Amino acid sequence: MATMSRAEIFEKVRQSLVDALSVEPDEVTETATLFNDLGAESIDFLDIIFRLEKAFGVKISQDELTQNDIITNPAYQENRKLNAAGLKALKERIRDGDWATFEKDPSIDKIQSVFTVGTIVNFIEQKLAAK
Amino acid sequence: MRWIWFDRFEEFESGTRAVAVKNVTLAEDHLHDHFPGFPVMPASLLIEGMAQTAGILVGEARGFREKVILAKVQRAVFHEVVRPGQQVRFEARIEQLHDAAAVTRGTIRCGATLVGEVDLVFSHIDQNLGGREFPEENFVFTEEFLALLTTYRQRGTERIPL
Repeated sequence: MATMSRAEIFEKVRQSLVDALSVEPDEVTETATLFNDLGAESIDFLDIIFRLEKAFGVKISQDELTQNDIITNPAYQENRKLNAAGLKALKERIRDGDWATFEKDPSIDKIQSVFTVGTIVNFIEQKLAAK
Repeated sequence: MRWIWFDRFEEFESGTRAVAVKNVTLAEDHLHDHFPGFPVMPASLLIEGMAQTAGILVGEARGFREKVILAKVQRAVFHEVVRPGQQVRFEARIEQLHDAAAVTRGTIRCGATLVGEVDLVFSHIDQNLGGREFPEENFVFTEEFLALLTTYRQRGTERIPL
């Protein structure tokens, strides 16, 4: 398969999110957050992952998308909240995340609030590059 | 165990597809309220029937070890109503199956008529705990439920490998 441009990836991600979240296409911008802006709930993540797999022909695990290796690392957390080192590691991994909400309350089960459409596009770009 | 919205499996291909049927009857109380003088099977219960057919298909694919929970109705479209005296046929196919979840596509028919299309997302809840804890015992596929499936097997449905 020829290399996909970022714009092409974005369009497919946009369609997946439109279908999964019943939002309007113009609501899906690179900086829109999945939870606050597009109204996703945690269960929608499963649906989104399945749609992305189908759209791009890649295998995605939820653990991979939510950076499970970082958020379950005992060195990076206290009382189920990420500590400064954990937050730093996560920021290095997730580009274009929306950190405003998560930094106020870095509870591990709120990690999904960080995700923007751009984050997903980056993730898919990396997956396709590694294919 | 009264919340079962199909009567039996007609076909069952492990990990792939299942067909279950339900005979709709006026002896079902709720039909007299939905609607008075115009009894039709509620679409929500048609979705439930599909969720049970597809949920068992997904559960059996992993030997009933996972707690399979309906996570999301991806799509539900209905074209016709279902009336007492009709037989509903739920056909579910597994489209994607992961360690953590599954997607199924389904059609609901009465005879040759397409009544509805229902696509579902299931979660293997233990793989999606997100910090929450669920009881250890499998409250979805209980012993009572598995005993019921055994009964099906003993009633001459050997062609269904449940």
